Amino acid sequence: MNIINFTPVSAFLGGTLIGLAVVLFFVLNGRLIGISGIASNFLTSKVNRVDNLLFIVGLIIGPILYKFFTSQEINISIPNSFYLLAVAGLLVGVGTRISGGCTSGHGISGVGRFSLRSIVATVTFMIVGILTVWVKNLI
Amino acid sequence: MGKKFNMSKIISLICGIIFGIGLTISEMIDPAKVLGFLNIFGEWDPSLAFVMIGALIIFSPLFHLFQNNKKPIFVDKFSYSNNKELNKKLIIGSSLFGAGWGLAGLCPGPAIASLALLNLNSVNFVIFMFIGFYLSKLLDLTTQAR
Repeated sequence: MNIINFTPVSAFLGGTLIGLAVVLFFVLNGRLIGISGIASNFLTSKVNRVDNLLFIVGLIIGPILYKFFTSQEINISIPNSFYLLAVAGLLVGVGTRISGGCTSGHGISGVGRFSLRSIVATVTFMIVGILTVWVKNLI
Repeated sequence: MGKKFNMSKIISLICGIIFGIGLTISEMIDPAKVLGFLNIFGEWDPSLAFVMIGALIIFSPLFHLFQNNKKPIFVDKFSYSNNKELNKKLIIGSSLFGAGWGLAGLCPGPAIASLALLNLNSVNFVIFMFIGFYLSKLLDLTTQAR
């Protein structure tokens, strides 16, 4: 194993902001953030629909504000295959709804409150994610 | 009711913004960074683990401090699932999610945040993710819990 591109400081700082958002949302609005829950409930439920929409809008405005105030470009590279993204999107959409959470809902909100269920979910999606990348690199 | 009603909406927007900036600073908005983390058998980028640690160091102690509060500040009651069931759905769902996550390097938060960059590939992913949300609801597969 070689370690490359490791950015512990910015990763940790960004992580604390994410943690702060989850705390504020909990103490002020009484809910625990899980992005798959917020986004899917916005689509399929009338309960808290405006709140959920505004959260999603904020999530998109965040990077724009960062870019505006720091004048730094945000570079990302996403796989360029329509079919791969379609299959991946479907798997992520269906999978997070069947298990009731994603990286934020299970991985942060759930693990942070020591929910065994969320710890099991997080370990499972990490292992399957690692295996998927491993198989993909073999092909 | 009136004033508090509006405050929860403003808080939702602000929390979304803070979360989105966190994803940007930590570079988790970039699928290449996430795939680097999952590539543990190849060239490994451990950064994602530090994002989780940073988030949990802030969230976990404060959650335990505030969880016994009578009520949240801007709404009438706390509402979050306390589902403790360890079942097949949890494992199957998490496995499907993990497979999609490993294929594209995108999970729901970064996928939505990356729409800010007007990247057609993220639009493509997000549309199919929402189709997945809708299908789960339609087929009654949903677990409303974490």
